[in-house]
Amino acid sequence: MKSVIAEDLVKTYRNGAVRALDHLSLDVEEGTVLSVLGPNGAGKTTCVRILATLLKPDSGHAIVGGIDVIKHPEKVREVIGLSGQYAAVDEILTGWDNLVMFGQLYHLGKKASIARAEELLERFSLTDSAKRPIKTYSGGMRRRLDLAASLIVKPKVLFLDEPTTGLDPRGRQEMWRVIEELVKGGVTLLLTTQYLEEADQLADEIAVIDHGKVIARGTSDALKKEVGGERLEIVVESQNIAKTMEIVAAVSGNKATLDEGLRMISAPVSTGATALIETLRSLDGAGIHPLDIGLKRPSLDDVFLSLTGHAAEEKIEEVATTERRKRAKK
Amino acid sequence: MSAFKDTMIITQRQLRLLTRVPEVLIFSTIQPVIFVLLFRYVFGGSISTDQPGGYVQLLMPGIFVQTVAFTMAGTASGLAEDMKKGLIDRFRSLPISQSALVLGRTLGDSLLNIVVLAVMGIAGYVVGWRPTSGALSVAVGFIFLLLFGYALSWIGIFVGLSASDARVVQNVSFIITFPLTFLSNAFAPTTGMPRALQYFAEWNPVSTMVAGCRELFGLENQFGATAGSFPSENPLLTSFLYMILIMVIFIPISVRKYKRSSD
Ligand SMILES: Nc1ncnc2c1ncn2[C@@H]1O[C@H](COP(=O)(O)OP(=O)(O)OP(=O)(O)O)[C@@H](O)[C@H]1O
Ligand SMILES: [Mg+2]
Repeated sequence: MKSVIAEDLVKTYRNGAVRALDHLSLDVEEGTVLSVLGPNGAGKTTCVRILATLLKPDSGHAIVGGIDVIKHPEKVREVIGLSGQYAAVDEILTGWDNLVMFGQLYHLGKKASIARAEELLERFSLTDSAKRPIKTYSGGMRRRLDLAASLIVKPKVLFLDEPTTGLDPRGRQEMWRVIEELVKGGVTLLLTTQYLEEADQLADEIAVIDHGKVIARGTSDALKKEVGGERLEIVVESQNIAKTMEIVAAVSGNKATLDEGLRMISAPVSTGATALIETLRSLDGAGIHPLDIGLKRPSLDDVFLSLTGHAAEEKIEEVATTERRKRAKK
Repeated sequence: MSAFKDTMIITQRQLRLLTRVPEVLIFSTIQPVIFVLLFRYVFGGSISTDQPGGYVQLLMPGIFVQTVAFTMAGTASGLAEDMKKGLIDRFRSLPISQSALVLGRTLGDSLLNIVVLAVMGIAGYVVGWRPTSGALSVAVGFIFLLLFGYALSWIGIFVGLSASDARVVQNVSFIITFPLTFLSNAFAPTTGMPRALQYFAEWNPVSTMVAGCRELFGLENQFGATAGSFPSENPLLTSFLYMILIMVIFIPISVRKYKRSSD
């Protein structure tokens, strides 16, 4: 069964001048994790806000936990948890105050709210700072508290909007561990992120979005295959470029590409470190000393590079429609 | 029933904020106390009045009204702050009554007004304010002040939801309240103003409130302009109508704006 279904969502701002969502469709199977991956302005927050009943789409429809988001938002609110892009907790109140207040707002009653607050503080390692105002919390602690607040009544569907943006590597690791535990507990999770690594770590499936639509969808392995896995990157002196390109092509079995400005030659490789060593050996044999050489794991940039390559036609069409719209206005 | 409970929880939050940041309470009372001292001892000397008990009798109702009017800025900026921090999003994603948040905030701010007015009353007493109308009338006067503050807090809610930055909100509220309190009979007779301003001052809700309170505290309102006009003859009734008008307009539009605050 699908716990989240979004169909053909369109949302524009400023009377249509900004198209935040452009016929976006996605779904999440019950008990699984979908990661919505996209760069700044792709429409991630808009999508989450619509699914969490905070925003009405211009058109399209959405179902969360079997309930229509637009027709029965108040019922949807009973089954979801939301942790927005910016930790939304009361800065002045303490962590304990916040959780107890939200517990009461979920109608748990005072006693149960306190018990639940303490349980969550314990679980998110915040017990020591429970009685301090949130203002004094670090970014990571704030994020954890925000997440705790969205878990007060066990939600069926949880939305996390960029849960680790702005956290340091340790904070990010901690957050991942917490999220992984949640997922083990059986929650259906939709999480947005700008990091492929994060999607890779946490998600069963990834939906890559750009300009308000899903441009690719699949498991992280499938996506990576599409991107071509690791890339070999070598920087050499200008006079050695031609020869190096030959070597790289031979070793990788793929066409090497050249960034002239950086004098960087790169190609996708499937054999990782072995390819690196082989290339170095061949270069040495040819008397070429690279200025820099390394393996690069695919990043969101790469996913985009390769995906927007696919979607080039779509882009042109988009420009064409805006042109048409402009003309229609005149 | 649960809507009522939700509202109370939000009200509790407002009060808890006061205990966590006592500065808010301190500054909301210090400012009017400074006004009392300033007008009583600095300007008071140059405002001549034949009021028995002196200028301070006329001044205090003016200060009370000004004080409750100024708390509107706190309502507005507090709400704008919550909006900016995304806290409103969290509240709106909870299965609670959608008007609980704004309703709770207006009630919480009214409770703050009770404390502030009590401090003001004591400060007034210290510098010689002595209402002569008896305890019941004085109590009615304070209830009137609280109601006025409550009505205004709905304007504050609307301003807070409309602007995006807490500092802008402070300024907007200031721009609304400052001229209103000074283009009134609160501190000086309106008879000294140009004709057009006199009419404004006469119909100004701050003036009718001040005049109404003076009446309830047992004074004759000497600061009114043209005698015989409806607002200066019926200040309490006029004030009451103003409050109803403000609430009839601002409660529905604020609640609607809140529900749609992000579309
Ligand atoms: N209230 C608004 N008014 C006007 N434009 C908006 C508004 N909210 C979002 N947008 C625009 O809609 C588009 C999508 O925004 P959205 O916040 O959903 O992106 P995002 O993927 O969450 O980005 P980020 O990674 O920066 O959080 C952007 O172009 C943004 O500028
Ligand atoms: Mg976002």
